Amino acid sequence: MVEKQFELITNFDIYVFLIPFLPLIASVITLIFGKKYFRDKAHLLPILALFFSFLLSVKVLIEVINGKIYQFDIYTWMFAYDLKVGLGFLVDPLSAAMITMVTCVSFLIHVYSVGYMGGDPGYYRFFAYISLFTFFMLMLALSNNLAELYLGWEGVGLCSYLLIGYWYQKKSASDAGKKAFIVCRIGDFGFALGIFTAFYFLGTLYYYEIFPKLPEISNKYIEILGYQVHVPFLIAFLLFCGAMGKSAQFPLHVWLPDAMEGPTPVSALIHAATMVTAGVFMVCRLNPLFELSSAMMFIVAIIGAFTCFMSATIAPTQFDIKRVIAYSTLSQLGYMFMACGVGAFIAGMFHLLTHAYFKALLFLGAGSVIHLLHHAPDPNDIRIMGGLKKYMPITYWTLLIASLSISGIPGFAGFFSKDEILAQAFFSKYPWGKFIWFIGWIVAAMTAFYTFRIIFRAFYGEFKGWEYVHGKPHESPRVMTVPLIFLAIGSIVAGWIGIPQALGGRNYIEEFLVPVLGHPRVVHEVSHSTEYLLMLLSVLAGLFGIFLAWLVYIKKPELETLLSKNVKPLYTFLFRKWYFDELYHYTIVRPTLWISRKIVVAITDNTIIEGIVNGSARLVNITGTGLRILHTGIINHYSTFILIGIIVYLLVYLYLK
Amino acid sequence: MPSLEQYIILAIILFLIGLFGFLTRRNLIIILISIEIMLNGLIVLFAAISHFTKDISGYIIVFFIIAMAAAEAAIGLSLVILIYKRLRTVYSDEITTFKG
Repeated sequence: MVEKQFELITNFDIYVFLIPFLPLIASVITLIFGKKYFRDKAHLLPILALFFSFLLSVKVLIEVINGKIYQFDIYTWMFAYDLKVGLGFLVDPLSAAMITMVTCVSFLIHVYSVGYMGGDPGYYRFFAYISLFTFFMLMLALSNNLAELYLGWEGVGLCSYLLIGYWYQKKSASDAGKKAFIVCRIGDFGFALGIFTAFYFLGTLYYYEIFPKLPEISNKYIEILGYQVHVPFLIAFLLFCGAMGKSAQFPLHVWLPDAMEGPTPVSALIHAATMVTAGVFMVCRLNPLFELSSAMMFIVAIIGAFTCFMSATIAPTQFDIKRVIAYSTLSQLGYMFMACGVGAFIAGMFHLLTHAYFKALLFLGAGSVIHLLHHAPDPNDIRIMGGLKKYMPITYWTLLIASLSISGIPGFAGFFSKDEILAQAFFSKYPWGKFIWFIGWIVAAMTAFYTFRIIFRAFYGEFKGWEYVHGKPHESPRVMTVPLIFLAIGSIVAGWIGIPQALGGRNYIEEFLVPVLGHPRVVHEVSHSTEYLLMLLSVLAGLFGIFLAWLVYIKKPELETLLSKNVKPLYTFLFRKWYFDELYHYTIVRPTLWISRKIVVAITDNTIIEGIVNGSARLVNITGTGLRILHTGIINHYSTFILIGIIVYLLVYLYLK
Repeated sequence: MPSLEQYIILAIILFLIGLFGFLTRRNLIIILISIEIMLNGLIVLFAAISHFTKDISGYIIVFFIIAMAAAEAAIGLSLVILIYKRLRTVYSDEITTFKG
């Protein structure tokens, strides 16, 4: 295969610049003037900005396809010896694919939010935040150095916090926001250390300088606490800590299900399509670094596989529709990390792109149902849904497409990307590839099962939420269904850019991304017959999952309680999410609180700090009370003091002379 | 013609009488009069020194002090009247608004 020749453009390009900054401008204007002047028109500016930014990213994408790469600096913030921190853009196939997906999904979700958030008192705030989020996400994707990546990284975390706690009157929502922020911070601490370490060993933060220097550190070891630590492993591991936090991988996954307290469009945009995939994006971006250490690749793969499996076991036991989808997001992110961990970066990136469409669609479809039931005490509960197929046809069909896509049914986007991951895991040159394939294969069946559990429970059977809707259940307004339809189209078509050669297609996405991510790390030429077999197996797994869901939730409803009745401990274990929340509560939250109360509050705060603060106040008080005696208010006394003063002055003067 | 020393002693006596009255009397008007006495002590001092050193600047200062004393007396007395109107008293130990 002939490597494509790229034309490098290093001049400032206004179009690339405007892609992230249009949403920023819209966000700032909406935030400042929204409350007073725009009110229920607050969506106009962000939507317009996003639309143009989408058009621009398509334009840039086409230019990149035609062989251009943009790499320019616009501003140097710090310049100290060899440390250079600045703002710059890098548009290569990877970031071009990413920004097109982000702007497209973000635009559709903005439109959807007009219907979903209509009448909310914080309408302008919502649009300002979500636009600001898009800005940071685009900065993250377009950055050409690690510091700028970190800026976007923290910015999306901030927006995630603001939007999870959007309904801040609700305690659970503001708690969930804090949880998300704190858990992500733990990961980000590692990420920051990773950037420092990278700078320490490589002396630069810019990608185009990092990559040529990587061979220098490939055999370097550093001694930490008596152990010889491989330097690339150290850097990659610390950076991966950030990815674990942001992409909600075990052990930092606990925030994502709680993040569902935010409005549904937020869950769709931030906690499904874009922000949580930032970790995968970062691993792909720095793939040469990760590949230097096969131990690191193993950790990435194993953490992905564990998260993937764990969340797939939790999802079927949950009754909150958004939580089920949140666990499915965890599971799919696990797939992406599995792909990265076996060296199939392209497959991971491909799954990231298709996943964005069908997962956003799943969330928005669920949102459409939640919107219908928003008078219910818990509108997310799938137990009050049911039979909605004939009342909400568009929601039903689009959600069905998303479910088929995530279940890996041939023809839909999810099939191609998931199959790509499984195939490349199977053929991977890394020894754990087969194991990863096996996990992925099992989880494929489980994914289909719990996804169709939602479909069957919400759309078939009898509607049980009559008391919460006025009159008959009805379809959502058109402003919400049209984005659903577009996303449904995306959920089908997005996979067609990567049809494997075994099926007679052309793998455009692979050709497109190879210059950045390199060829898949496979042992030898993949034999087509094995590939067919793998495909068949994964399709069968998907179909089996759907069949099982059909059996349990439609055909024989008595089977539903089989697990919860007969194997109660296991069921409780899954229902309580593997006891992770409890574990963290007792091992981390409680000790932290104990230390804060008993040591920080009691000793440091009350004794030392308050002692100093109150002590100085008391000193002033005592002095004042003493001097108060002199302040009689009688003129004669004051004049006496003046006289004494003069005499003392004169005596001192004479004495000194 | 008395000598310079006698003038100076006279001036000091006048000044101390004024100072004593200023510090000890309770009536505001008496306090004002005491200030005048102190000023007069100074005037005597300046005039005497000017006379004995044949220098005119002492006299000039004397005129300034007289003018200033007149103005000060006018302002002081009007303040005393205001204080009396407001607080119904001219005794300084009863005026304790500034007590801390």
